[in-house]
Amino acid sequence: MATVKIPPVLRPKTDGEAEVQAGGGTVGEVLGELTSHHPDTRGQLFSPEGDLNRYVNVYLNDEDVRVLDGLDTSVQTGDTVVILPAMAGGR
Amino acid sequence: MTSSVGTKTFEELSPADFQRELEGDAVVLDTREPHEHAAAHIAGSELVPPAEVTARIDELAPDTGQRLALYCRSGNRSARAAEELGALGYTDVVHLGGGILAWQEAGLPVVEPEGMTADQRMRYSRHTLLPEVGVEGQLKLLNSKVLLIGAGGLGSPTALYLAAAGIGTLGIIDDDVVDASNLQRQVIHTTDRLGMPKTESARVQIEALNPDVEVEEYRQRIGPGNILDIIGDYDIIVDGVDNFPTRYLMNDASVRLRKPVVSASILAFDGQISTFVPFEGPCYRCLYPTPPPPEMAPSCGAAGVLGVMAGVMGLLQANEVIKLVAGIGEPLVGRLLLYESLGTRFTELKVRRDADCPICGPNAPEIDESELGKFPDYELFCAGRPGALAE
Repeated sequence: MATVKIPPVLRPKTDGEAEVQAGGGTVGEVLGELTSHHPDTRGQLFSPEGDLNRYVNVYLNDEDVRVLDGLDTSVQTGDTVVILPAMAGGR
Repeated sequence: MTSSVGTKTFEELSPADFQRELEGDAVVLDTREPHEHAAAHIAGSELVPPAEVTARIDELAPDTGQRLALYCRSGNRSARAAEELGALGYTDVVHLGGGILAWQEAGLPVVEPEGMTADQRMRYSRHTLLPEVGVEGQLKLLNSKVLLIGAGGLGSPTALYLAAAGIGTLGIIDDDVVDASNLQRQVIHTTDRLGMPKTESARVQIEALNPDVEVEEYRQRIGPGNILDIIGDYDIIVDGVDNFPTRYLMNDASVRLRKPVVSASILAFDGQISTFVPFEGPCYRCLYPTPPPPEMAPSCGAAGVLGVMAGVMGLLQANEVIKLVAGIGEPLVGRLLLYESLGTRFTELKVRRDADCPICGPNAPEIDESELGKFPDYELFCAGRPGALAE
């Protein structure tokens, strides 16, 4: 099981949950379990072809999965997966 | 050894007589607090705060026959210290009657930090006491020019603390006026300044706080046509804007001019901050290659924001600015700090330079002088038409 941190903009699609537990051996599988429990997140995270959307950053613990093995990056029990879209609020 | 508790065993000297001690073999001690010593002291004197005199005297003058010449601000603390030293067995103690005030009144010289006025030495004494900042660091702050993009939620606390810290020039860009709905978080503005342009309201507050700070007002929106002219004059840019087109424009322009940007954003109970130093670390586009679609990017106006978030994240920005100017500590270069206020949790993520970054990557196109001020259409880019960037 990994802990998935949900950003504020996605929380309406996870019943308000800021953290969700999800199983899987890779980042892709963990996010797959998230989207199967909360189907409305799928369109925000993935393109129709199943790739991660470019505007969503995903980190395994503190490292961007783009510099690891992307969705194939392996996940250990207790790892944290952070979903992070850009924010622009400042005023 | 004489026992001297309650008896005066030390001599009080006039400023002129005390000056002669400086040429002899007396150990001259300043029995004031460190910030007073830093502001002005007699040349060759050693600082020993009153609470430390008895503990440190062994190290400063192991021989109880050593002549000791003490002074403080007005003569009270040095008299007490002289008494304590007498009790410890020191037999040859003198102090300056009337303290350094009488000394300066007599026109005798003191050592003062160069480049700062007497008022500034007092005002910034808690900075100059810090070994990491010191007079040198404070002078860097006083000579620095920092540009704030927006005098809103993030810009308000940042501006106040940077002004208090003595940043020499604060540029403020904002084309808005103070609205009642701003005051829940935009603490540089006040109820009696509703309707006033935000740049002017900010200037009023900054000038009341610190007359050392020069405020440059830019009552305009920042855009491709004016950005290079404006940011070119500044050392550091503080980005707290509320929209993606301006954030990407700001990034691309600051990379071209090699200006560091301290960037933060807030929404609801969450905040993010990072420091982008061009070519030393990643840029905003390395972190976010493409903007999110509008439904993934609500504004504070639409989604709400806890007012305190502006203070927390704005002051983290001010902290980054001061470190960059003074050249101390570890700025948030290559690191993104997230703050969740409901859980009171900080999370730090690594941000790498992107080898494919179209702006700061190794394969980014060279931009010559004539193209420096030409920018793509960020409105189209952020509306989800990345092709707009290729024109």
